[in-house]
Amino acid sequence: MRYHPHTPEDVRAMLAACGARSVDELFRSIPEALRLRRPLDVPPAADEVSLFAEFRGLAARNQTDHPPFIGAGAYPHHVPPAVDQLVLRGEFFTAYTPYQPEVSQGTLQALFEWQTFVCLLTGLAVSNASMYDGATATAEAVLMATRLTGRNKVVVSAALHPEYRKVIATYLASTGDEVVSVPYGEDGRTDLDALAKAVDSRTAAVVLGYPNFFGVVDALPKAAAIARAAGALTVSVTAEAVSLGLLQSPGALGADVATGTLQSFGNTLNFGGPAPGFFATREANVRQMPGRIAGATADKHGRRGFVLTLSTREQHIRREKATSNICTNSGLTALAATIHLSLLGKSGLSRLARLNYARGRALRLAMQKAGFKTRFSGPTFNEAAFEVGDAEAVVERLAKRGIAAGVALGRWYPKDPRMKGALLSVATEVHTPELIELFAESVRGP
Amino acid sequence: MPNPTGWKPKVAREAGEGRGRPEAGALGATRGLVLEEPLVFEQGSPGRSGVSLPEVPPGADPATEIPAELLRAEVEGLPEMDELAVVRHFTRLSQWNWGIDSGFYPLGSCTMKYNPKSSEALARLSGFANAHPLLPASMAQGALELMWRLERALSEIGGFAATTLSPAAGAHGELAGLMMIRAYHVAHGNPRRKVLIPDTAHGTNPASAALNGYSTVELESGSDGRLHPETVARAMDEDVAAIMITNPNTLGIFESHIREIAEVVHARGGLVYGDGANFNALLGVARPGDMGFDVMQYNLHKTFATPHGGGGPGSGPVGVRETLVPFLPLPLVLSEGSGYRLVTDPAERPKSIGKLREFSGNAGMFVRAWALIRELGPEGLRRVAELAVLNANYVRAGLRGHFNLPYETDTLHEVVFDDKAQKEGGATTMDVAKRLIDHGSHPPTVYFPLVVHGALMIEPTETESKETLDQFVEAMRDIAAQAQEDPASLQAAPEKTIRARLDETRAARKPVLRWTPGMKVD
Amino acid sequence: MNFPEDLKYTRDHEWARVKGNRVTVGITDFAQDQLGDVVYLELPDVGDTVKKGEAFGVVESTKAVSDLFAPVSGKVVEVNDPLGDAPETINDDPFEEGWMIVVELANPSDLNDLMDAAAYEKFVEEEQE
Repeated sequence: MRYHPHTPEDVRAMLAACGARSVDELFRSIPEALRLRRPLDVPPAADEVSLFAEFRGLAARNQTDHPPFIGAGAYPHHVPPAVDQLVLRGEFFTAYTPYQPEVSQGTLQALFEWQTFVCLLTGLAVSNASMYDGATATAEAVLMATRLTGRNKVVVSAALHPEYRKVIATYLASTGDEVVSVPYGEDGRTDLDALAKAVDSRTAAVVLGYPNFFGVVDALPKAAAIARAAGALTVSVTAEAVSLGLLQSPGALGADVATGTLQSFGNTLNFGGPAPGFFATREANVRQMPGRIAGATADKHGRRGFVLTLSTREQHIRREKATSNICTNSGLTALAATIHLSLLGKSGLSRLARLNYARGRALRLAMQKAGFKTRFSGPTFNEAAFEVGDAEAVVERLAKRGIAAGVALGRWYPKDPRMKGALLSVATEVHTPELIELFAESVRGP
Repeated sequence: MPNPTGWKPKVAREAGEGRGRPEAGALGATRGLVLEEPLVFEQGSPGRSGVSLPEVPPGADPATEIPAELLRAEVEGLPEMDELAVVRHFTRLSQWNWGIDSGFYPLGSCTMKYNPKSSEALARLSGFANAHPLLPASMAQGALELMWRLERALSEIGGFAATTLSPAAGAHGELAGLMMIRAYHVAHGNPRRKVLIPDTAHGTNPASAALNGYSTVELESGSDGRLHPETVARAMDEDVAAIMITNPNTLGIFESHIREIAEVVHARGGLVYGDGANFNALLGVARPGDMGFDVMQYNLHKTFATPHGGGGPGSGPVGVRETLVPFLPLPLVLSEGSGYRLVTDPAERPKSIGKLREFSGNAGMFVRAWALIRELGPEGLRRVAELAVLNANYVRAGLRGHFNLPYETDTLHEVVFDDKAQKEGGATTMDVAKRLIDHGSHPPTVYFPLVVHGALMIEPTETESKETLDQFVEAMRDIAAQAQEDPASLQAAPEKTIRARLDETRAARKPVLRWTPGMKVD
Repeated sequence: MNFPEDLKYTRDHEWARVKGNRVTVGITDFAQDQLGDVVYLELPDVGDTVKKGEAFGVVESTKAVSDLFAPVSGKVVEVNDPLGDAPETINDDPFEEGWMIVVELANPSDLNDLMDAAAYEKFVEEEQE
């Protein structure tokens, strides 16, 4: 077997050195009653040629010929080939967590660059070295807010990604903390009057999407003001990170914590994972921030270098008193995002963001021409909800033609009767104007 | 015939100058063309970019729809580099790094085995790479079938009734496992308040327990390095929700009393959580589900060779016994009729603990893990454990006498030495670790588990050849000798890396966690 | 290793300097040696109440974190604020410049439970074995 180098001669010599007569003898500490004395019931070994045929067959049963018109937390974008070719370098790819900094300066400097990118995009002072995903990063932000304020109520916009809201609920299940939902208005933004009523002196955090689940640019400054007046923290959540290339930073608008995912940079969809969650906050909160952090320092010859730092927040030291149990980060996907952002640079990111906005606008115009209004009146980036009649039927009909039309919102918001006809769709730089026209016509039918 | 020319790297062995500072380390380490490289924010020039994008169509001005206060023209501070500069930047950074592809990486409990290139290529097939997680089921049957098959295989391999693929990493899997345990007890009328954890446990164990509102009770392992049933019995009562056990434990020792321990805990209504970090020792040889474990997380990035990527991403599926199946997080993959679907509606699984992360899991890792399981087959999986254990015991035999073994007990896939022999001369485990780098190997895990003073935890894994292990043993023996003869010289290590020992105190006292214009660190 | 004769000690490796009804508190030379380079600490505010045997703050090094336990009960009347910007003082001078808080003693009998220098030195020796 190509990954197991041992020849029978190797095994003989090694057993002799161990003083064991057989490999089985090396397992004598496992009681016989616990030994599995039959082969595992898994398919027989496949050689590489058969393996490729088998997996190509599986992959072909995912219909990905056309870029999907689905966003809803994961965005189809073009990943420049330079990203993959650099990420696949074995020294990055097969390296471990940089606990031995002298042999991990590549990983550590790249993490320091990631952290800087996150700070520049979010307008906040400190970032960690990435989280599992946007949903868990947001849940951890909520937990941090409860720790910092000592309060146990959290106010969450109903326009925040439903999966993120579910994860917050799961994470808070055993804490006894209260989660209060605030509705959205006809403009698709969080209802600020309802927010002001819900936020009080027991509120630890206000959480909203920016842009939110409907693709709408939510009223972050006003929401943050309401939170601040009550002594609560504002958590701004971004799932489509390209939007931060033209939207003002959450930090500049009053957010205390910014979370979300940077999957839009450097990472393909991968059926939902892995992707790099991000977490940024104000400097004062750094010791309560979960996750690994890379910091700059010098070696004994005075040369600048990087190390993991502030480790005493983490589980391997604090154990039961840790800020979180998180150990692994999303290093490789964060590296991919870092490389893509480095390639884009200041002008490239601005251009990509404006291009996405233009595609989103083209989608809205094409849908309007085909007779479909937007469900919400608020400003959007590249994603919007459209009133298409029977959204589930539209999705099913287009699926038969190999087109992924979007997300039928009725299932996600069953209590809002106006959502039954709503289809959430996105258009990015990978959707050509021609494809967008074709899409709108297809929605109209037949 | 191996090594027909007889060439070996030259190591300076004579006393005096050069002693212990090998020309080439025992595993071949030298110096190379390795360049200094600034941050991306410290280079480039205004106007440069490294991408090629379509034109932005005219007449699409965001300011016509989005309020001005919510817009910015550009993100200040972003670098401006051409593509070649970016490629050189990250290429040079990679050259400062060490990976499994570079050489030996014997980190205990991390299972740094070879990450197969074919697994990588298969995960990048367009059908997998470009599949949106919210595709209609009819358009994602390939992804769903793969998940279903992986779930069946992992359940069989671990001896469990069902497995959730959702958790993003080992620690996330622990969180899921403890949430399910808590939900189980709540359903039985009392969440209980305590979790028992042996003193050899990894830090994520008590952290995960605490995150679920449990207080932890530490159990002392015996002088043989094992947890004893009497110790557990003394601590076990109806207020204990669970015990968390790693088997084999972090000393590499099989907890041979596991059946009895499980009985003690089960008898008082508690559950047994297994930390599957060391599962590499048991593949095809023994199954945690058969030992009494009720729930266990797998680490796909350890046992199933998905790449470590510099610290992540991972994937931590969790196998459960029948009694915990109702509590599994959502979504689940079901096989129905001729196809597969995801169960996402809580109404279908009312006792589920809910969602732990967005979408259905680190699907990219599922492809890689399934590819490895397919390539190994039943015999190959078993061979993994056999060779992992053989390799670790070979290293143990080669190093005893040179390093002190704190426990005589049999070890499986990893072995732990302490610093007793080196301390005599004043050398520390850290000195040993850093000098090993100069020889050409990543250090083993150091200072863990906490029950061993100055621990050196070595896990070779099954993908290493006898020659590599021989070189490693030679390097370690050389260092051990140096620790006796000239321990002060070890403190200079590492000497061949791009950076010498870094000031971690200063990094924590005066944190600099991002680039700022004019940043200076000296 | 220093064990100043004029101080009292706790089993958690804090020292207490008693002057009238005011008690100055810090951590011992042994404690700072075990911790390694101190990087951060959290101290209470003036006016806070501390209880004997309970945590009044936290001290962190690069590799460990430790609660600080009050040797006596009382009200905090002074806090060594500059220590926050120069935590290395605790390593350099744990018994003088590294003082942490001054407590106004609520129960003089609390002092009876503290060890003298000789007893503490013996305690440290026994812990090392």
